[in-house]
Amino acid sequence: MIEQRPIETRRRSSAAMDEARLRQQAIGVRLRQMFDEVVNEPVPEEFLEILRRADTRSSGNG
Amino acid sequence: MTGGPEDRRGVEHHSTDDVAFKRELVQLIPHLRAFARTLCGDPASADDLAQDAMMKAWDARASFQMGTNMKAWTFMILRNQFYSEKRRSWRQSQLDQEAAERTLVAVDDPEAPVALDELRQGLAMLPAEQREALILVGAGGFAYEEAAEICGCAVGTVKSRVSRARRALHAILEEGAYDRDGASASDAMRSILADAERLSTVR
Repeated sequence: MIEQRPIETRRRSSAAMDEARLRQQAIGVRLRQMFDEVVNEPVPEEFLEILRRADTRSSGNG
Repeated sequence: MTGGPEDRRGVEHHSTDDVAFKRELVQLIPHLRAFARTLCGDPASADDLAQDAMMKAWDARASFQMGTNMKAWTFMILRNQFYSEKRRSWRQSQLDQEAAERTLVAVDDPEAPVALDELRQGLAMLPAEQREALILVGAGGFAYEEAAEICGCAVGTVKSRVSRARRALHAILEEGAYDRDGASASDAMRSILADAERLSTVR
């Protein structure tokens, strides 16, 4: 019937929009996951060592 | 005021500000490493970059105002460092964008989930400015205003870069435009979706 078509189209396009939104969210989740993977790695001792040395140097230099 | 003409050698002198600054800086190291990894790809050069940025931040601590956003400040230092090094190496060896982007897709963990691998490849296909905007806002947890400050551009520019990056990345993953032999694109998207659904039901 004529009246059903726009409703059907609307429903379809809103479902497509939901799906697109879900996919964008999914990509966002993965993006954070990729970043957090590195954030959660233990910090290599080298970083702290460098900072310690800098600390001594700066108090030494005054 | 830190520093002075007098020699403090052998004297354990730390201002309260220095101690607080250092504590906060140490907490930011994991984030600096993660951001550097998205710029360099190769973990070893990423750590070199993160260390350089950490030292630059430490040396410039007098110009930092405690209580303001140190994360954004250090990210800005790291980003400037990355681009100034890249400019130098361009002059020296004509290193092209392509080489830099090849390192971004380097995967050192063969067990890494396939979809993450594809996401990295998809990211590598985006223009650098879109990629960094998306990473800062989408993964780094920065507001548009902060990302704009880090990248030295207008807030509106960041917004449009992020939205273009999202659309492009979606299209790349969907259509399988990334360079991956054999595997179908929809596999990547299915895997991403399954993960997202699992995560959303857990919450």
